[in-house]
Amino acid sequence: MVDRITDIWGERTPHPRGTVWPARVDLHLEEGVAEGDVERWVQSACLLCSNGCGCDIAVKDGRMVGVRGRAGDTINHGRLGPKGLYGSTPWASSSDRLTRPLVRRDGQLVETDWETAMRRIVEVSKGLLAEKGPLSHGFYTSGQLFLEEYYTLAVIGKAGLGTPHMDGNTRLCTATSAAAFKESFGADGQPGSYTDIEHCDAIFLYGHNMPETQTVLWARILDRTRGEDPPRIVCVDPRRTAVAEEAVRTGGVHLAPRVGTNLALMNGLVRELFVHDWVNHAWVSEHTIGVDELRETVDPYTPEHVANICGVAAGDLRTAAQIFGESSGVLSTVLQGFYQSHQATAASVAVHNLHLLRGMIGRPGAGVLQMNGQPTAQNNRECGADGDLPGFRNWDNPEHVQQLADAWNVDAMTVPHWAPPTHAMQIMSYAETGSIGFLWISATNPAVSMPESARIRRILAGDQCFTVVQDLFLTETAQLADVVLPAAGWGEKTGCFTNVNRVVHLSEQAVQPPGEARSDLDIFLMYADAMGFTDRDGAPVVKWRTAEEAFGAWAAVTAGRPVDYTGLSYDKLRGPSGIPWPVNAEHPNGTDRLYTDGVFPTDTDYCETYGHDLVTGGTVSEQEHRAMAPAGRAFLKGAPYTPAHETPGDDYPLLFTTGRTVYQFHTRTKTGRARSLNQAAPDAWVELSPTDAAELGINEGDWVRVESPRGAIEVRARIGRVMPGAVFAPFHYGHWDPDDLADADHRSANELTMTVWDPVSKQPTFKTAACRVTRLRAGEGPAPAPTNTASAPAPGTPTTAPATGGGAVTSSHVLDETPHYTLDPSQEN
Amino acid sequence: MPHLATYVALADHSEKTLAESLRAVADGHARQADVFHTCHTLAGWSEQHRENLAPVVERYGEQDDVEEPERLRGDALTSTREGEIGLLRDLQDLHLLATLVHTTWTVIAQGAQGLRDRQLLEIATSSTAETTRQLTWLTTRMKQAAPQALIVAP
Repeated sequence: MVDRITDIWGERTPHPRGTVWPARVDLHLEEGVAEGDVERWVQSACLLCSNGCGCDIAVKDGRMVGVRGRAGDTINHGRLGPKGLYGSTPWASSSDRLTRPLVRRDGQLVETDWETAMRRIVEVSKGLLAEKGPLSHGFYTSGQLFLEEYYTLAVIGKAGLGTPHMDGNTRLCTATSAAAFKESFGADGQPGSYTDIEHCDAIFLYGHNMPETQTVLWARILDRTRGEDPPRIVCVDPRRTAVAEEAVRTGGVHLAPRVGTNLALMNGLVRELFVHDWVNHAWVSEHTIGVDELRETVDPYTPEHVANICGVAAGDLRTAAQIFGESSGVLSTVLQGFYQSHQATAASVAVHNLHLLRGMIGRPGAGVLQMNGQPTAQNNRECGADGDLPGFRNWDNPEHVQQLADAWNVDAMTVPHWAPPTHAMQIMSYAETGSIGFLWISATNPAVSMPESARIRRILAGDQCFTVVQDLFLTETAQLADVVLPAAGWGEKTGCFTNVNRVVHLSEQAVQPPGEARSDLDIFLMYADAMGFTDRDGAPVVKWRTAEEAFGAWAAVTAGRPVDYTGLSYDKLRGPSGIPWPVNAEHPNGTDRLYTDGVFPTDTDYCETYGHDLVTGGTVSEQEHRAMAPAGRAFLKGAPYTPAHETPGDDYPLLFTTGRTVYQFHTRTKTGRARSLNQAAPDAWVELSPTDAAELGINEGDWVRVESPRGAIEVRARIGRVMPGAVFAPFHYGHWDPDDLADADHRSANELTMTVWDPVSKQPTFKTAACRVTRLRAGEGPAPAPTNTASAPAPGTPTTAPATGGGAVTSSHVLDETPHYTLDPSQEN
Repeated sequence: MPHLATYVALADHSEKTLAESLRAVADGHARQADVFHTCHTLAGWSEQHRENLAPVVERYGEQDDVEEPERLRGDALTSTREGEIGLLRDLQDLHLLATLVHTTWTVIAQGAQGLRDRQLLEIATSSTAETTRQLTWLTTRMKQAAPQALIVAP
């Protein structure tokens, strides 16, 4: 019986290098339900982080009552994390679910029927199309929908309407991952595999607090670092996270660069590889281009110069570079500390540069995991609901556009391909002026999650743009909409999704959605029907009615592309679960890792992009790309460090940075409704270093005002583990609160963040803003921050904060015999 | 070499014009965050080019009194236009100014070749490369802005 709030990663199953990760099955059922009471177990995968753990949903009396990890799943070998265990099902039977459509009448949202709501949507949509054409329409989706839904929406948007204004909140969490792949390797697609953990002797985590964002993956690493022949850990993070502690424990190193200086640090590491000749020259000359320019770019970044910029000791930088240079297998993982920070794409590309210089890619233990923030973000990127063309096709390549036009039987001119797709922040900017007059938001809460949220709320609330919101609950965003559509959630509909390392899962419907709620797929189909989108022969553009048919249409359009699903079907996905693409005739059981032959999808006619200037975002032309003749070689691209857009000064002397806690996900739509999780992190806080707190006269638990040039929050202070000069705030908390907290109106971290984005990935910068902190009054006790995570009190500071715990009962048992996992290199012989 | 000196002066002046205009567009369209930041970055490049050129200007003397190439000078943008179509027009103006800078450097590089002036050649070559990147960004941004500005913008 385990409390997984206290014990975040569960029981250790240590094992030696090169051996299979043991299986451990984790289970949680709601109070009063025993395992024997469960009527049905329904195959699925967890949706509460990007890891993609296979699980089965427990059903009793037509309700979802718990989850159990799938022992045979390639991703988690039976394990689940605290969010998955406690947060997967309670939201579904929450009394505040949306069950009927709402329309705005005289300023108020009132209940109505589907026909009325859809008639209102279609009336506005058709009116704008007639008056202004398709560029008046925008769609903003999620990293939570299913593959079939993204693809259907992509076809509606690109072949039905013909608008380039489609993006997902994946722009906020994972766009840099995709952009970095495209710049280095020519196309999106995770090179590495989770199985690299078993085979490496060093793991570098860049801006990635994995112990809180992907707890099960961290458990997999802990089972190596606590076993025989462990890897060394190197941590790049401004906070003293569990990763940092593990780095020190394993003989690695913790590098804590000043917020906003990642690229300088990376350039320093790359330079060290050159200086010490930790370079595989033969491999580099055969498989890459650009090495001379890269050497020149990084040349000024001596360890001492980097130390000045980043505040990292020159010796520590040298140590980290040496670990990278001398290990036989390095796994790198990257997340928001890079993606949501300054010079995001260039810094993430630099991680690839390190691997390419050493030829450290495409074999077990030598890999890169550019992580995702969300469980289905990958599908948004693949299917093209984020504006990219489906199947990693290149919008600038007429042949690729024609392939889609043929598949959809529409004129190629209909498919928007004249410019880069419109990114989320630009969509909002068009909606701000009314240039986009129809904005459809699905399964995301931009009123809380987008930067400078006061501006976003103004845009959504204004009359200049008609807004449709489709969600499970009346979120902060839904409250501002003109029409609200009740959606079915996970377990209430069927579909597939793909995790960080290309692994596809099928999630089957377990229960009926409440009231009149409908699946997102059915809602999109209803809109397409009502609009009457037709192809060249007058047939409907969307030619499917079910999720399985949509999957088939998607698989067909991936033929010949890197993201090849042609060998996958629902039947195959019901077998041993967790299959990584490409799956095709050549790889009928999927592909554990890409680029094993050192050949990358960079050929001019095949690549997803011709690339960009990493500093300006200017696009490389087809002719320029062809002249470089990459022909399967990867790009080594570099850029100089520049200071962040907003740096501390007299008025705002501190650095403001945002992030996550293990117990909440996004804007808490699901986790806030799970008691075990919510009580572990019930309200917002900010973390200050002991030095800054002392200077400002602030004690643990005091109410403080944190202010940037754009807005302010009033929350309680944790004297914590951030570096001096930095202030950390979790971004999860909007004004919605499950317990109707009184002070919930002034706690949204994105009130302070800036409207600014990376020039290549267009990912907004959430990690660098300047702020000032003032003490308001004494608190009633310690800050409501967890004490067993990176938000713990600073070591050595006196605190009365009670130990975080109190999670409901879960069970966990280690299997005596580890199942066989298809493609696992530890089991191949 | 009076005409080379004139062209060195032209490079100096046209980079100055471009830098000032980039900053004016940055501030005039600050609501477009990428325009604001990128234009300031690109202005910094042009200012750096002038700084690199300063010792050469000293060597050749800045001939600002030869009439003919004066006609090539573009006027700096001192004010910017409004809205999405205004942004498009302003970016197009910047593109014209950057093109003048680009061809000026091309001409200077030819002269530097003829004179075997390695310092000037190096400056002209590296400046040309960055001017090309300025032009690429301007084209990219115009392509992005054009459909919306031409068809839908209020």
